[in-house]
Amino acid sequence: MQKIMVCIKRVVDYNVRIRVKPDGSGVMLDGVKMSVNPFDEIALEEALRIKERGANIEVVAVSIGVADTQQQLRTALAMGADRAILVQTDTAVEPLTAAGVFLALAKKENPDLILLGKQAIDDDANQTGQMLAAIWARPQATYASKIEIAAGKATVTREVDAGLETIEVDLPAVITVDLRLNEPRYVKLPDIMKAKKKPLDVTSLDALGVSAGILLKSIKTEPPAQRQKGVMVKDVPELIDALKKKGLI
Amino acid sequence: MHKILIVGEHDGKALNPATAKCVTCAKGIADADISIVLLGADTSAAAAQAAALAGVKTVLRVDRPENLHPLAALFAPQLAALAADYSHVFGPSTSFGKDLMPRLAALLGVPQVSDLMAVESAYRFRRPIYAGNAIVTVEADPARKLVATVRVASFQAAASGGSAAVESKTLNVSLPSHTRYIGAKSGSTDRPDLQTAARVISGGRALGSAENFKLLFSLADKLGAAVGASRAAVDAGYAPNEMQVGQTGKIISPELYVAIGISGAIQHLTGIKDARTIVAINKDGEAPIFEVADIGLVADLFQAVPELEKLL
Repeated sequence: MQKIMVCIKRVVDYNVRIRVKPDGSGVMLDGVKMSVNPFDEIALEEALRIKERGANIEVVAVSIGVADTQQQLRTALAMGADRAILVQTDTAVEPLTAAGVFLALAKKENPDLILLGKQAIDDDANQTGQMLAAIWARPQATYASKIEIAAGKATVTREVDAGLETIEVDLPAVITVDLRLNEPRYVKLPDIMKAKKKPLDVTSLDALGVSAGILLKSIKTEPPAQRQKGVMVKDVPELIDALKKKGLI
Repeated sequence: MHKILIVGEHDGKALNPATAKCVTCAKGIADADISIVLLGADTSAAAAQAAALAGVKTVLRVDRPENLHPLAALFAPQLAALAADYSHVFGPSTSFGKDLMPRLAALLGVPQVSDLMAVESAYRFRRPIYAGNAIVTVEADPARKLVATVRVASFQAAASGGSAAVESKTLNVSLPSHTRYIGAKSGSTDRPDLQTAARVISGGRALGSAENFKLLFSLADKLGAAVGASRAAVDAGYAPNEMQVGQTGKIISPELYVAIGISGAIQHLTGIKDARTIVAINKDGEAPIFEVADIGLVADLFQAVPELEKLL
């Protein structure tokens, strides 16, 4: 194992309560705090832990997005990534396009392993890793809660509906990570200073030969239907009466 | 006419109920001609169940020994070969479908619509984004094949009473050897399946320990309910991951959902907002769970739960 590529997405911070624009054209993003997608942060943490266990592994953090995405890549460098690449674009990039960009980067970088979050918390698509694995014609292991690397293989425990499943994949492979894989480290101030000196290359979709067409048109965005606030009962017998009234018991 | 292929989920013995919900979703498209495909080592039992779903015209069986376990890297190329005859390919938004369908879409060179929650037309759908805090209407290009996952909590299961033709298919597709199944560990129980149960009792961090979850199991057994947990309870080690209800766990739509000692973080609410009736029991009257509960009780769960069990 020589190189791990970690794909990172800039998203609205998970603590922000998003608001839908009144004209239905999307959600309000002006002045909203942006962060590294939490699942991608777990992916990066895992890459760093693999690096710290082994020797001479380079961790490359890559992202696609507006110029300000450099902030999230600097965070990745501060956490411990060795270098970063931003594929800069002002166009929203759909999962299939993102997979195409990461494939182009994978062909240049030849990583042994690509790690990314199982989904981004903005579009919740849960597609990019699987799509990348498909067009790279390599194995995928999604929803990882444990990863062991040995002898050109990864043994991955996956969180599935029925419980846990373990599969073995030959490297290179794409692994998407789930919440319980690890707890990402906090970034310390000296690391932020050090990260400023680490290389961050900026490239473009054109330079990689990827076109970003709109494949799925967003017609409108709306807030979800709200549930009606119900009744409060004062004790357990009243609760049982209320359940009986609704014919639930 | 729209020819729709549904990728059926099964465990080698029975059809997963998510498949019947995909059928209902597909029926929302006008002039739908619906087929179900099952991949496995022996899909005979699941095929019989699939053929009985009302509205299904054909059930395709792709039986081969390599299909014993549902590995996306093996299933996707087989489905890509089959997809040529269809305008739409749907799969359930379960861990099986979420893993598999994007790999299929990419092999076909088409985008995927994830978590389809409502059908507006053959190419226009509604789906949740931002953990369900916004709903977007998306439109796909009819010139392309459409791959989608179906948010199963949004649809009722199709009724039985159908009698689809069952066909065995042999596909000349070579399969990769780079992905191997090792094993599975499931907390198998005699209780109803969390994803399909009509009644669900869930516990949160306020339970305080794995030991205390027994209170819920006991109540659940009395009600014939499945047991779930909040992410906080799973992270704390009180319950295994397969019990997690919420945005990153299971999204469910039972008739009755009883949230016990769960504060109601937004990511948890996303997983339960399709429940018919939500009951909340929590010591903290200000807990956000009460904003969505149909019936709320401010009480100490360690007193209320045993009392509830006794009086039921």
